[in-house]
Amino acid sequence: MSGLSAVGLPHFLVLSGILFAISIAGIFLNRKNLIVLLMCIELMLLSVNFNFIAFSHFLGDLAGQVFVFFILTVAAAESAIGLAILVVLFRERSSINVESLHTLKG
Amino acid sequence: MLITVLFYALATVLVGAALGVVLARNPVRAVLSLVLAFLVSAGLWLLLQAEFLGLVLILVYVGAVMVLFLFVVMMLDVHLASLREGFTRYAPLGGLVALLVIAEIIYTVWVKHLGVRLEGWAADLPDGVSNTQQIGEQLYTTYLLPFELAAVILLVAIIAAIALTLRHRDSLKHQDIAAQVAVRREDRVRLVKVTVEKQP
Repeated sequence: MSGLSAVGLPHFLVLSGILFAISIAGIFLNRKNLIVLLMCIELMLLSVNFNFIAFSHFLGDLAGQVFVFFILTVAAAESAIGLAILVVLFRERSSINVESLHTLKG
Repeated sequence: MLITVLFYALATVLVGAALGVVLARNPVRAVLSLVLAFLVSAGLWLLLQAEFLGLVLILVYVGAVMVLFLFVVMMLDVHLASLREGFTRYAPLGGLVALLVIAEIIYTVWVKHLGVRLEGWAADLPDGVSNTQQIGEQLYTTYLLPFELAAVILLVAIIAAIALTLRHRDSLKHQDIAAQVAVRREDRVRLVKVTVEKQP
């Protein structure tokens, strides 16, 4: 279990943690480009799914994989609606810069 | 041994592709890196004996969602330079946060061992039983209601996406079916009494 010889649950968890951290850094770096922000969210969801599948396999419980199925469904719906909003935004403002979204003054 | 080699190879490519998504100058390259990341993750999920989800990831994500992303990226005429400003200004902060998250996860997983006993790889499935079949049995028995709700969510997403992007243009000529059906005789036919003149 320990050491580099056998790949186990910690390896997969660390891999998904690295993936999640990279996507967090991506949200910091590309904070103006809305489309890259959406892609970073997709990457985050992928790393969460990684955790679910790794735990599902190593703990021998299929519920994790069913949960990933539902996450994939909701993520597909989310990205479709997000891209639709992006297209409408580009039609209105001719830009996908996040800073052009200041009408609400929230 | 083979699994170890495969894991490290796929994990390296996955991290490289994720970095490509984050650091790419051109959004099209970012989308293509994301496609690579999804493909490699599907491989890693196959390694974890989640065949159904690995193939679903390729079919649904690479086949549908990423193509949608690619369409949108190529359709929008984006001014790249203005979107990149501030990139280096926020780089230290982003890198710091990422390193903190990685350090925390490594501490929790390697040092604290999550507080659970990990038994290593699960046993292989017996012959004649497939991962897809098992997930199907779970979905149609225990998780039937969430499964139906997921279908409703997809329907809502379709309707929302169409309603958001639908554009009414007044210049287009179109038929108004309801008005055509609702028309009555009085609207169209007018009987005129013509005074007949004497034929010469």
